[in-house]
Amino acid sequence: MSASVTVALILLLSLIGFWMGRSRAVAVSGGRIASLHSVPNYYGSFVAIWAGLPALVLVLFWLALKFPVTEALVLAGLDVDTIRAWGQQMLPPQDLAQLMERLAAGGSDLLSDNQKQLLLINIRNIAAGQSQYVNPDVLGILKPAAAHYSTLLSLANWSLFAISAVLAVGGLVYTRARISPDLRARNGVEKVVNALLIVCSLIAIFTTLGIVLSLLFESVRFFARVSPVEFLFGTHWSPQTALRADQAGSSGAFGAVPLFSGTLLIAVVAMMVAGPVGLLSAIYLSEYAPRGVRNTVKPVLEILAGIPTVVYGFFAILTVAPVIRDVGSLLGLSVSSNSALAAGVVMGVMIVPFVSSLSDDVINAVPQSLRDGSLGLGATRSETVRQVILPAALPGIVGAFLLAISRAIGETMIVVMAAGMAAKITANPLEAVTTVTVQIAALLVGDQEFDSAKTLSAFALGLVLFFATLLLNVVALRVVQKYREKYD
Amino acid sequence: MTEIAAPMTATHSFHTSVEAEKRLRARYAAEQRFKIYGILAIAVACLMLVVLLFTITREGMTAFWQTAIRLEVTIDPAKIDPKGTRNPADFDRAAFQDVIHEALYTRFPQAEGRIARKELRGLISPVAGVFLAKEVGDDAAMLGRTIQVWIPASDAINQIEKGRIDRNEEEANRPINDRQLAWFDQLKKDGDSGPIFNSTFFTSSDSNYPELAGLFGAVVGSVLTLIVTLSLALPIGIATAVYLEEFAPKNRLTDLIEVNINNLAAVPSIVFGLLGLAVFLQFFGLPRSSPLVGGMVIALMSLPTIIISARAALKAVPPSIREAALGMGASRLQTVAHHVLPLAMPGILTGTIIAMAHALGETAPLLMVGMNAFVTSAPSGFLDSASVLPVQVYIWADAPERGFVELTSAAIMVLLVFLVAMNGTAIWLRKKFERRW
Repeated sequence: MSASVTVALILLLSLIGFWMGRSRAVAVSGGRIASLHSVPNYYGSFVAIWAGLPALVLVLFWLALKFPVTEALVLAGLDVDTIRAWGQQMLPPQDLAQLMERLAAGGSDLLSDNQKQLLLINIRNIAAGQSQYVNPDVLGILKPAAAHYSTLLSLANWSLFAISAVLAVGGLVYTRARISPDLRARNGVEKVVNALLIVCSLIAIFTTLGIVLSLLFESVRFFARVSPVEFLFGTHWSPQTALRADQAGSSGAFGAVPLFSGTLLIAVVAMMVAGPVGLLSAIYLSEYAPRGVRNTVKPVLEILAGIPTVVYGFFAILTVAPVIRDVGSLLGLSVSSNSALAAGVVMGVMIVPFVSSLSDDVINAVPQSLRDGSLGLGATRSETVRQVILPAALPGIVGAFLLAISRAIGETMIVVMAAGMAAKITANPLEAVTTVTVQIAALLVGDQEFDSAKTLSAFALGLVLFFATLLLNVVALRVVQKYREKYD
Repeated sequence: MTEIAAPMTATHSFHTSVEAEKRLRARYAAEQRFKIYGILAIAVACLMLVVLLFTITREGMTAFWQTAIRLEVTIDPAKIDPKGTRNPADFDRAAFQDVIHEALYTRFPQAEGRIARKELRGLISPVAGVFLAKEVGDDAAMLGRTIQVWIPASDAINQIEKGRIDRNEEEANRPINDRQLAWFDQLKKDGDSGPIFNSTFFTSSDSNYPELAGLFGAVVGSVLTLIVTLSLALPIGIATAVYLEEFAPKNRLTDLIEVNINNLAAVPSIVFGLLGLAVFLQFFGLPRSSPLVGGMVIALMSLPTIIISARAALKAVPPSIREAALGMGASRLQTVAHHVLPLAMPGILTGTIIAMAHALGETAPLLMVGMNAFVTSAPSGFLDSASVLPVQVYIWADAPERGFVELTSAAIMVLLVFLVAMNGTAIWLRKKFERRW
């Protein structure tokens, strides 16, 4: 019995509950609706909520835990012989030798996380009837386990169906029986709705918690293999770890400094473009431009902000990088085909509207009296801007720039498409550098092992990225708030 | 007397001397320069937008048509229908390509020998059989007949015809040699070659062959993903906004929620991808590459935007409405549900559409949850492997064949059309329902 059928049944029961509750309320009022505490619809909703909500919460929990629990049960139910036979077929010699030792020692935790995943994928494929993806030699060995897996799943599905049906019907019957003219149905409904509203608002906190915990959890596993000092201060990045112990030349080095320097270089190039262009256009729009110009240019800048970053990335490799390379070779410079300059310039264009609209807000917040005073003393407009408005707006502009830098550091698609893969420490924007986000994407896109230092390093990089951008944002918001208070 | 009058004369005043006029001119020049810097900055930004749109359109326009070659193909029943059942399900799909090759050999009898014939086959798409199979389709009556069909040319011929590859280039440097070019020119002269509308682009899914690759699967994937995103983010976003704006007491929990929402709005999108990978895929074991997981990740990402715009819309409803409702004896929830929320709805929807437009263009977090799957047929449910529009752009931008450059640009054009339509709807909604209290 699939979960969608169960949900449909619960919703149906809930709907029936609404009508039953409503008509019951009308019946107990004895024709005088005014004698009821609440409007009949509230009695209906009251019954519907208690018929539907508990069962739906149960389904949600069950959906979240279905696979982890059944898989743990299946793994726990495997006997030693099956594991040995499977290992003989699927594991490389060295892992197999280790497994045999552990089997002989008779421990409980026989397989590593990676091996467990491999075993589970085999079992899942067989259970789903996709045996063509499974090594035929293992097919016979794992058939019982796969059967066990399917049995458990269908048992869980059926019991869920039965339990939620009982819950829903029970809730319906019980609450319907409670209906009387004195039942405060509206207050009951409102209490539940209020609780739902609070639960929804808590999702923001849960998301942050989820981000921090998942990044921390995986990073801790990474730092158990690679020391944090080496990660934060090492200068050699080459995450290819050996698949086999006897493999040469890929020991795996996780010094992230080249990634940090590359990220910084591209962010600096981007800010060299976005800073002046964004700030000057904001100044022009707020201080010089006639109304008509302002009303046409602002939407155009907003279009620039609405273009997906993957489009900017393609623009960088299609147009900007070749142009920069041609200009470079004209000047006799050697420019890498995926130079930091190309990625940085395009990223700068992407950030222009961001800088411009934030600066625009800040400049507009400078009191008119300062402008009037300066102009009244005979200063020209540009002198007013440079010597009065900009100093007054400086904290806000700094805040805007910090937010823009945080954007640039976290931007992924442009650099994934237009920047390089080789980790290198350089300040030359004509060379190819790689960034934190590029490496996260490269490490996690495509097939991965679940438990290697290589995969886990992406989460460590994500943790650094998260806290770096968080710090920038918090500082920027503080600066802007301080500045706002000054003129409010 | 003259000594006293002298400093008073205009020529000698600090403000009117020759130096002073020079200074003034310099100041005015600086003023003009400053103004020009501002105009230049705006011009640079606008120019970049124009260049971007122009290059994408120039590259992408050609993808909407496809060079084709007309051949007289004999649908040989012995080959196509070896079992003789005349049931389309029993047709030998691979044989269609052979049939086309036969037609090609008949068309150019002068091409003899293995090498010449191999070169001849280089004129047409290596997957032309798929198109013929579609043409013959389920119509068993076609068997045994000789029909005229337009067969897509190979990618190399297509690119030469569109001028993407220079035909005057030295022979060794182009994928098509002189003999093949001569054959193709012969076809053109006989009127057996020309452009046809590239309907494949809109009806098929991803493929390794540019002439067979289409956007349909990605569009379906995007729609499914956005449905998940919308059905999660809109109710949760409205509920959060209503709670924070209308019900929440001023306490630490409320402050914490607000701080969290503001911070989440600035978290890099790829970090949400990492969250999805660690929690939805690895912990909960939800299916990789599915619109369900992609939509959930994007929903978490767009929640802050929706909440912030919904709160702004709720704030814009004047307190007098609430007071009137409360005064009439409505409960607080009734006040919000019957009066405040309906009045704020246009504003909330405008913000939501803009957030959905952003969600449609989001790529990085979807790569993390495996939505870059190579999917050759449109997904049929929320748990199927799927790709989405921007990810398809990314995949094609990476493909080595020259034909994918124009496909990428065309896909971007389609993506931008969707974005313009969504944002246009939002602006229209705002204009239509804008209300000044």
